[in-house]
Amino acid sequence: MWIDIAILLAKIAVVFAGIMTGAFVLTWAERKQSALMADRIGANRCAILGIKLWGLINSLADALKLIFKEDFLPPKGLRALHAIAPIFAMFPVFVTFAVLPFGPPIQLAGKEIPLQILTLDIGLLYILAFGGMAVYGVMLAGWASNNKYSLLGGMRASAQMISYEIIIGLSLIGPVLVFGTLDPGQMVLAQNEYLWGWIPKWGIIVQPLAFLLFLPAAMAETKRAPFDLPEGESEIIGFSLEYSGMRWGMFFLGEFAEIVVLAAVIATVFLGGYQIPFLFSGAEAAGLPGFHFPWGAYLPLGEWWIVALRVASFGLKVLFLMWLQMQIRWTYPRFRYDQLMRVSWREMMPLALVNIAVTGVVIMLVS
Amino acid sequence: MIDVKPVRNVELSLWQKTYYPELWKGLMVTSAHFFRNLGRHMGRALGMKTEPPMVTILYPEEKRPISPRWRGLHRLMLRPDGTPRCVACMMCETACPDKCIYITAGESPDGRVEKFPLAFEIDLLRCCFCGLCVEACPEDAIRMDTGYLELGGYSREEFYLDREFLLRRGELTTHAQYPGELDGVTVHRVDLMKLAKGH
Repeated sequence: MWIDIAILLAKIAVVFAGIMTGAFVLTWAERKQSALMADRIGANRCAILGIKLWGLINSLADALKLIFKEDFLPPKGLRALHAIAPIFAMFPVFVTFAVLPFGPPIQLAGKEIPLQILTLDIGLLYILAFGGMAVYGVMLAGWASNNKYSLLGGMRASAQMISYEIIIGLSLIGPVLVFGTLDPGQMVLAQNEYLWGWIPKWGIIVQPLAFLLFLPAAMAETKRAPFDLPEGESEIIGFSLEYSGMRWGMFFLGEFAEIVVLAAVIATVFLGGYQIPFLFSGAEAAGLPGFHFPWGAYLPLGEWWIVALRVASFGLKVLFLMWLQMQIRWTYPRFRYDQLMRVSWREMMPLALVNIAVTGVVIMLVS
Repeated sequence: MIDVKPVRNVELSLWQKTYYPELWKGLMVTSAHFFRNLGRHMGRALGMKTEPPMVTILYPEEKRPISPRWRGLHRLMLRPDGTPRCVACMMCETACPDKCIYITAGESPDGRVEKFPLAFEIDLLRCCFCGLCVEACPEDAIRMDTGYLELGGYSREEFYLDREFLLRRGELTTHAQYPGELDGVTVHRVDLMKLAKGH
């Protein structure tokens, strides 16, 4: 009993630390990566005793600045709602990670411990449900600020997020049909199967269209460029107008954390989670742990090596997807609002529906 | 009749209309920059000589080289014997479009020239650095070749340059304009910033 709780707390600590580290690194990557892409040098001035750490100190300075900045509350705003809006923006993002497996189940002292905080049969629905809660954050922020620009920004944001949530939900139905489960843990296990014995059955291979729809829709949920109309920090004013200091920082921490979590969701559903092609643990391959290549070669590996490799593979996939989201954010210009809505409702939604229909027919024919 | 220029919208092919191929192309361009610069940065960190990974000039440490014709802060030139070259002819004051030069002429004590400037003041806050005063000067007495471009100060008074300040800068030279120009002139290399503060 106590051991179970201790294990659970340890897993929560690992995941929380992982997300926070990812968010911290992303504030740095936001500057440095964009600088590299634009032949600039990026943040390089902050230093502690002359140690600059390639600009990482700037992120620390940022956090310090946000903490010590004046916390301005709009005098006629709704205090309570104004205070909880940033929490609504951050909380759903962090809890979403709970159902994602970041490694294979490990055997420790006769116990099987899944490296997944919450083993839920309805895991994907849980992700969608908490993704839907993120709308409240921006909506409350806009409403409680008692400022018409904030309110309009909040409306804009919620319209965008609801539109793209539909795409997220519809595009996830394809993988659900293919893998026949809503539990991300089972989904990852299913992705260690092979088509015709040699093509890994990853989500991106069996559901490429769903991936191409899910990625932009998920990026629209993070409210970052090219979908950054909710903030529009440079010209159209957004929902966070009446926020300052760390309250404002929480919105953006939530955004960065969302990038990490989204990368994890995409890795889990479409990139095989922690799986490495042709790598099987002992339980999966009749007591022969290691690489079983389709041409018959066999490379034996210790069980713990397999666990380490798989956790590392998940981490690398998440890192790559974080990098990709940053790259996309700094490559494309912002959509116009009508384009944003048109892409969602008139182009992506029909495609998502077609994808579901085709997937269903193919599964019918195959089985 | 007005010329009518028919503008036709660019017809996108179906391939382009699917949107993703073109997005991919854009992503490839930025990624190429990213990886090229990343490689160069890493090469530099390992001590290799690579192409510069950025176009940035790290300003206070590095400075963009300025042309000898750069119009910076003014200076008044001295004759080899240390007297000002200026003969208070008022040409520069007349030429100045901003009316920022104020000269008070006085009779020259040594008799070689008629006049010399009792006061020669430049209000830098009005100056537009056009260089017309330099072109107008018949005596080559005023120049803007100090190469000093970090013009900053904490009060308005600091920007009101008087004769002594300008003349002291006459002793400073950043570079000669023609060969042999500096022969016989004592060249002091002084920290310009300190000089400006000390004034």
